[in-house]
Amino acid sequence: MAVIGVVGAGVMGIGVAQNEATGGHDVVLVDTTEEVLADARAAIYRNCRLSRMMGGPTLDPDEVLSRITTAVGLEALAKTELVIENVTENWEVKREVHAELDRVLPADTVVVANTSAIPITRIASVGTHPERVVGVHFMNPVPAKPVVELIPGFHTTPETLQRTRELLSSMGKRWVDVKDASGFVSNRVLMLTINEAAYLVHEGVATAESVDEVFRGCFGHPMGPLETADLIGVDTILYSVEVLYEHYADSKYRPCPLLKQMTDAGLHGRKSGRGFYTYNA
Amino acid sequence: MDTTARILSFITNRFPQAEITDTEDIFSLGYINSLFAMELVMFIEKEFTVTIPNDELRIDNFRTAKAMTELVDGLRSAVV
Repeated sequence: MAVIGVVGAGVMGIGVAQNEATGGHDVVLVDTTEEVLADARAAIYRNCRLSRMMGGPTLDPDEVLSRITTAVGLEALAKTELVIENVTENWEVKREVHAELDRVLPADTVVVANTSAIPITRIASVGTHPERVVGVHFMNPVPAKPVVELIPGFHTTPETLQRTRELLSSMGKRWVDVKDASGFVSNRVLMLTINEAAYLVHEGVATAESVDEVFRGCFGHPMGPLETADLIGVDTILYSVEVLYEHYADSKYRPCPLLKQMTDAGLHGRKSGRGFYTYNA
Repeated sequence: MDTTARILSFITNRFPQAEITDTEDIFSLGYINSLFAMELVMFIEKEFTVTIPNDELRIDNFRTAKAMTELVDGLRSAVV
């Protein structure tokens, strides 16, 4: 099995690393500090332990972690055959990371950008090998969600796509082919829904509980949009809506001020203990 | 507060709209999904300083305050 690099040990990176490891790959997980990486190992251990209870397979946390090496800095990825980048959904951050990846990776290493809204062609334009860059939009929690969006950029080669499909198969994923446009299919619709739900709370039309109850009770959705925002991360929602707004230059994507205030206040959802709801974890 | 009361208090603190008894299946209420089971595991292990064995990490052990109390009591008596 190939050695896979995973960049970013946040919510998505942790899920991707775990999913790769249970798919039989050796994984190198990188981030900027040892503290973040230690937290990531603890989170992977916990998620593996609780996997069966959450409807997933029975996993041995020690065995899964034995396949994951952690390291600070992108240089540790020099021997990987494929890298999945999961950094913050913020163009400046993505641009810096992809420029650095272009410098440290061999020319034939496939670079998968895990993004919810940034166009793949734009990400690929940062480096000197746009043909090896491809987009995959993973869902959260990664190990539990069987379907992803697969997005080739303008220059992505068939070989890059084929190697990415093989990787996704080894992770137990199916994919939906989507062309490159900001937000793809999923977030073009979902982010607007969550943003408008935030406006309802911001304007005092309904509480977060009421908004979510309408979606669960009336539409039969398993989760309402604001619970979903807390699961994804309120900051990530804001960044995604901002990307859509900037990309389409259309006022229908204007971000709700409440999302900005919550992001500034550190109310990032489940991962920070508080968002539209309060958590105890 | 006894074990059951502490568990019920944790649940109603998180879901103020919940009016539940100790034998009510919290996952059948409609607004509590399995993600909350993860929080319950974390809460119980921290609050009662126990480690739940992997074999006991089953959703059925977390459906009711009564089931969780029995789990905690069992683990505590095993330690003593």
